[in-house]
Amino acid sequence: MTGKLGLDPALVARARELARRAGQPVVDLARSHTTVSVERAVLRLAGVTGADPDGIPWVNRLVDAVVADVGLGHGVAVPVFDAMAREGVSDVTLLAQKAAAGSVRFVQPTAKAATAARRAARRAVAAGVRQIDRRRAERDRLVKRHGDPKQRPWIYLIVATGDIYEDIPQAQAAARAGADVIAVIRSTGQSLLDYVPEGATREGFAGTYATQENFRLMRAALDESSRELGRYVRLTNYASGLCMPEMATLAGLERLDMMLNDSMYGILFRDINPIRTFVDQRFSRQVHARAGIIINTGEDNYLTTADAVDEAHTVTVSQLLNEFFAHEAGLSDGLLGLGHAFEINPEVPESFRLELAHALLARELFPDAPLKWMPPTKHMTGDVFRGNLLDGFFNLVGTMTGQGILLVGMMTEAVVTPWLSDRDIALQNVRYVLGAAGGLHEDFVPAPGGFIQQRAHRVLGEAVELLERIGEQSLLTAIAEGTFGIMKRPADRGKGLDGVAKHEADYFNPATEILEQQPS
Amino acid sequence: MSEKKIVRPYGDTTGDGMVQVSFTLPVPHDKRAEGAAVQLANKMGMDPAMLVHAKPIGDGFTFFVVYGRVNHLVDLDQVQVVERDFPLLSAKEVNTVVKQRMRRKLSVVGACIGTDAHTVGIDAILNVKGIAGEKGLEYYRELKVTNMGAQVSVPELVEAARQEKADAVLVSQVVTQRDAHLHNTREMSAAFREAMPAGKRPLLIVGGPRFDETMTAELGVDRIFGRGTTPGEVASYLVHALITARRASS
Repeated sequence: MTGKLGLDPALVARARELARRAGQPVVDLARSHTTVSVERAVLRLAGVTGADPDGIPWVNRLVDAVVADVGLGHGVAVPVFDAMAREGVSDVTLLAQKAAAGSVRFVQPTAKAATAARRAARRAVAAGVRQIDRRRAERDRLVKRHGDPKQRPWIYLIVATGDIYEDIPQAQAAARAGADVIAVIRSTGQSLLDYVPEGATREGFAGTYATQENFRLMRAALDESSRELGRYVRLTNYASGLCMPEMATLAGLERLDMMLNDSMYGILFRDINPIRTFVDQRFSRQVHARAGIIINTGEDNYLTTADAVDEAHTVTVSQLLNEFFAHEAGLSDGLLGLGHAFEINPEVPESFRLELAHALLARELFPDAPLKWMPPTKHMTGDVFRGNLLDGFFNLVGTMTGQGILLVGMMTEAVVTPWLSDRDIALQNVRYVLGAAGGLHEDFVPAPGGFIQQRAHRVLGEAVELLERIGEQSLLTAIAEGTFGIMKRPADRGKGLDGVAKHEADYFNPATEILEQQPS
Repeated sequence: MSEKKIVRPYGDTTGDGMVQVSFTLPVPHDKRAEGAAVQLANKMGMDPAMLVHAKPIGDGFTFFVVYGRVNHLVDLDQVQVVERDFPLLSAKEVNTVVKQRMRRKLSVVGACIGTDAHTVGIDAILNVKGIAGEKGLEYYRELKVTNMGAQVSVPELVEAARQEKADAVLVSQVVTQRDAHLHNTREMSAAFREAMPAGKRPLLIVGGPRFDETMTAELGVDRIFGRGTTPGEVASYLVHALITARRASS
């Protein structure tokens, strides 16, 4: 599939090098800080489950109690396992309950007590990581048994009723109708909750809460569908927002297959503090790497707020940064669902050729990544007939440029949350295009020096220029000054900043230690 | 010659009353399902109703497309809408009026409130980029725009309006689940009423694709803008409501 655009390998290498240079200071920052959500994820791996009668998870109560006594900068693992030894408690959830009741005091131990606490914490967290490993092996077995989808791109469909018990039959119906990947959209605003809700949920706003129990229920239902259909149906949720590391952990524990996980989305679109985001990002990506979860990045979002022609290069820049951060966290190319979208105004002359150029550029820059191709939303006007036509052209670009994951576009985008019939019509559209032109990428070679090649070269050139500008000032400054998607996000502002701490000299995180070793 | 007052849908001949609808019934596809679709179309006022397409979708559902003649008439005199009651000005004209008559910049604060994270509406109106080739309010030299972005709380918005000495507050609401847009708007207008005396309150404007433009009084706002509103219309309204209409009446 490579070589259709005649890209200059030296320029591509330079783009990657610039992305590395822009990203490295952020990685250093992430390695020297922790967050309440990272520490809660550690405790989840160590076996803390459940919530108090008000629905606040025990991991939150426990982290809050530790922070109140010794602060966040040492990491919570050592104080927690030290307290377990002193209190003679063997169940870490029980300790959380006692701590919430105020009957446990935490200290940062030294010498022998510290060594013992580290050992105990490491043992408990290793058990959680082993559970993630078992889940990954289970996926491998099931994929082998049921098989992968027969075609590329994989067909990705969204369900979002707010009620997990309503979502399940809808997801199973969607799988039967041809969906290879089911995404359960989260309730609006969940990304700004600083805790993960508990249990099966039946109410949400424009989506269904992501909870461990909802993950489990949906995965079990899709396992049933996989058996019935003879192909492994994948499940997707969101590792984003303030609880990103915990979401990644729960996804690993419940064998989700893909997670939306972008390096900058939370900063730009949710006004989450940049440092909080980058710290949470790195940990969540390490978990995804261990769990074999494909991440989906959010570049499509840039184009919903900025112009898809003028700002096409910001997508490329973000893809390169996402790739750098992902590789650094241990994700292989096969797990990089880098995002991009069909969002050029259809009134722009040659808009389809421009879309082809951009999509092919992403394909050639990241030949081994299962690129996630996102449908038009911004120029869906409510004219459902025109919308269906646009979606058809979107599907055509998807197959002509060998995209990995195709999010099915709905002609009722911007009108209603998809109806049963909308989904059926949309899938019919995809099936027609893949059936009629599924092999067209073999014949489609843009003319040398022609419109598509020139456009791709220009976007890559602009991306390199932007990366050079970022390199001169640093990524955090660029974000603060509104380089991406117009929003200005300074590093000392934004939501969740009070849950960030710089590592103390004796910071200890058994999960990071284990995740940074090679899997055994 | 008088304008037509009574109209009916137009297929290909005046007065034919033809419409098309599509819908799904929760029944498996068979003869009875098709009969049920025709019965529904009849009850919707379509007679005769032609069932042109029926297709099973999912388990126990059938999708239908029906064409037919409706017997309903529309009386144009009975139609109630909010017509634009202010002149449409160019960006240059807006700047000139503000500069000459206000002698300071007109301050606008915009936000998506509540849990709504969809900034597409507020950005279309405020960002320089604008929409459909028309530049947003940030482009207007004489307007001072503060775009607070998404998921802004009502107290934060009131505080920002106070700090920026806002002449107008623009709120965008896209998410409408459980009437969130109506609840949020009422909460916002109540908070401004509580925080500021009548003469000091900024003009409250709300916009979004699912608002009924006639509900201003009920929601406690000065103006509602619906689907397809352009930055130019909003700017023209601001000039009208804050400057030209105010001077004319005082």
